[in-house]
Amino acid sequence: MLKNYFKIAIAVLKRRKFFTFISLFGISFTLTILLVLTAFIDKVVGDNYPDKKRDRSLYISRISQVGKDATSSGPVSFYFLQHYAGSLKTPVKIAISSGFNGTNTYVNNKKIAVNYKYTNAVYWEILEYDFLEGKAFNKQQVDNADKVAVISADMKKQYFGDVPSVVGQYIEADNVKYRVTGVVKNVPITSYMTYSDIYLPYTVAKDGDYKNNKGYQGGYFGILLANSAGDVDKMHKEYEQMVSRLRPTEKWATNVYSHADTYIKAYVDTGDEKHSGTFIAITAISIFAFILMILPTLNLVNINITRIMERSSEIGVRKAFGASSSTLVYQFIVENIILTLLGGVIGVILSFIVLQIINSAHLIANLELNINFMVLFIGLLVCLVFGLISGVYPAWRMSKLNVVTALKAQ
Amino acid sequence: MIRLQNIEKVYRTDTVETLALNKVSLEIAKGEFLSIMGPSGCGKSTLLNIMGLLDEPSKGEVKIDNQKTDNLSDKLLAQFRNKKIGFIFQSYHLINDLQVLDNVELPLLYRSTTAKERKQLATEALVKVGLSNRVKHFPSQLSGGQKQRVAIARAIVGQPEIILADEPTGNLDSAMGNEIMDILLQLNKNDGTTIVMVTHDENMAHKTHRLVRLFDGSQVQ
Repeated sequence: MLKNYFKIAIAVLKRRKFFTFISLFGISFTLTILLVLTAFIDKVVGDNYPDKKRDRSLYISRISQVGKDATSSGPVSFYFLQHYAGSLKTPVKIAISSGFNGTNTYVNNKKIAVNYKYTNAVYWEILEYDFLEGKAFNKQQVDNADKVAVISADMKKQYFGDVPSVVGQYIEADNVKYRVTGVVKNVPITSYMTYSDIYLPYTVAKDGDYKNNKGYQGGYFGILLANSAGDVDKMHKEYEQMVSRLRPTEKWATNVYSHADTYIKAYVDTGDEKHSGTFIAITAISIFAFILMILPTLNLVNINITRIMERSSEIGVRKAFGASSSTLVYQFIVENIILTLLGGVIGVILSFIVLQIINSAHLIANLELNINFMVLFIGLLVCLVFGLISGVYPAWRMSKLNVVTALKAQ
Repeated sequence: MIRLQNIEKVYRTDTVETLALNKVSLEIAKGEFLSIMGPSGCGKSTLLNIMGLLDEPSKGEVKIDNQKTDNLSDKLLAQFRNKKIGFIFQSYHLINDLQVLDNVELPLLYRSTTAKERKQLATEALVKVGLSNRVKHFPSQLSGGQKQRVAIARAIVGQPEIILADEPTGNLDSAMGNEIMDILLQLNKNDGTTIVMVTHDENMAHKTHRLVRLFDGSQVQ
């Protein structure tokens, strides 16, 4: 039975190629927009692991020195965070971490690419990583410059294989062996301020940048934690005031800019003072795109009605030879689901291409979108719902058609 | 086999009421080959559709195999048609998107059969109508006579006791028409299938056991 439905569905698709194209285009285009949009929202807004205290946190990701002809912009220095941000009264804690750096390590002569970052001890108090085993390194260990490490679950699997526990074992990175104190759940690379494979105390950093670099710019990020969500505004203002008092360290520079922003603002902060509305623009475009999606949906329902009505003679014949109304509804729904799933597959492929283009075009600094399985699952579910919505009504209407009328329609 | 009692069919629009069938009573015995004749619009096809449970009479009773058919649900009617009746239409009504074999298998889809059984039965039916070499063709690749043979194969594949044929030779030239008529006569003779055929062709009608004439919705012979 299903094979027969499949055959007829494919035959119908081939019969009216233009309709098929419009239907498939409608579904795949809609799904592509949906997948790209959700991939974006999912990564930037939705995923609050491990910084679950976002409502009372402000993020310092960049500092810029701007002159008449030049701009220097980048992550802040450890000194800046400790000395300037550390002098603020409102924050109760400051998490400091470096950006992640890449290196290679070897296990059984197999090369593994490893990203590591340095953090202070408070980092582990503000950010709520899920420890699968062990725990974070403490202040004492940081102060002592102990060679200890927290690693991600992925790193554990890659480096040690499928073993129950690795706490106390040693992992080598950048030619130094570190003792593992804990294993945390993976953080997606898109959360670039918290992602890493290996987390190390900042005091073990070989370059000594944390103590030698007294400039504003360096390789670190900061997270300021307020006592409550109500204090965030106050904390923001205090930070802005502190930055406004800063004098440029470069001769050519006239102004220093840095912001302690909410996660999203900090995330899309490109250091460009004139275009801080990037996120607002993207949101507006996304909403616009979402509204646009309603059109292909309605179009699909309309096309399906036309398509099914065209087949009234076939419906008459099927009824004459023993198909009940419910059997026919079932057939049309199956056919429609085949169509929408086909559109879904094309949509997923299109999404991959579009995401690839968005990623490679670097529309937003460090934003890397990818389809996760949840989004894919939702996308396919949306396809099925499309199939049902756009198929059920026309099928039901058609199945109720009088056989004699249906047969005359040819 | 088929018993119609005082069948009336009225078509109503907002302003006009048309009496398509007026108190038609007819009894068709098992194994009989009956033809219905009459001018266009006299209600022949309407009568055939009512016999085939494709249409409901406005008044009167239809019994098939001594079973009353009014008040049957959509599902039961569908089952009834599937098991008891095979249809042949003037314009064939084959599904153009399906190959000959799939077209013939159609009635078997709506009963519990395996794909293998369906294929076997459909092939046998096509052998009976002399089209076993066209199974992979699509309807658009066949001549009118061949299409009608496929339609006959589809009508007989489920081995129904009744075949209702609405002008089966109406679209064919006389040679083709005769071939189709021969097949129907064989079915009636060899398998004992009850056949009711609507036709405009006196010659064809005279080959059947009995002829019923309709005029303006009433039975005149």
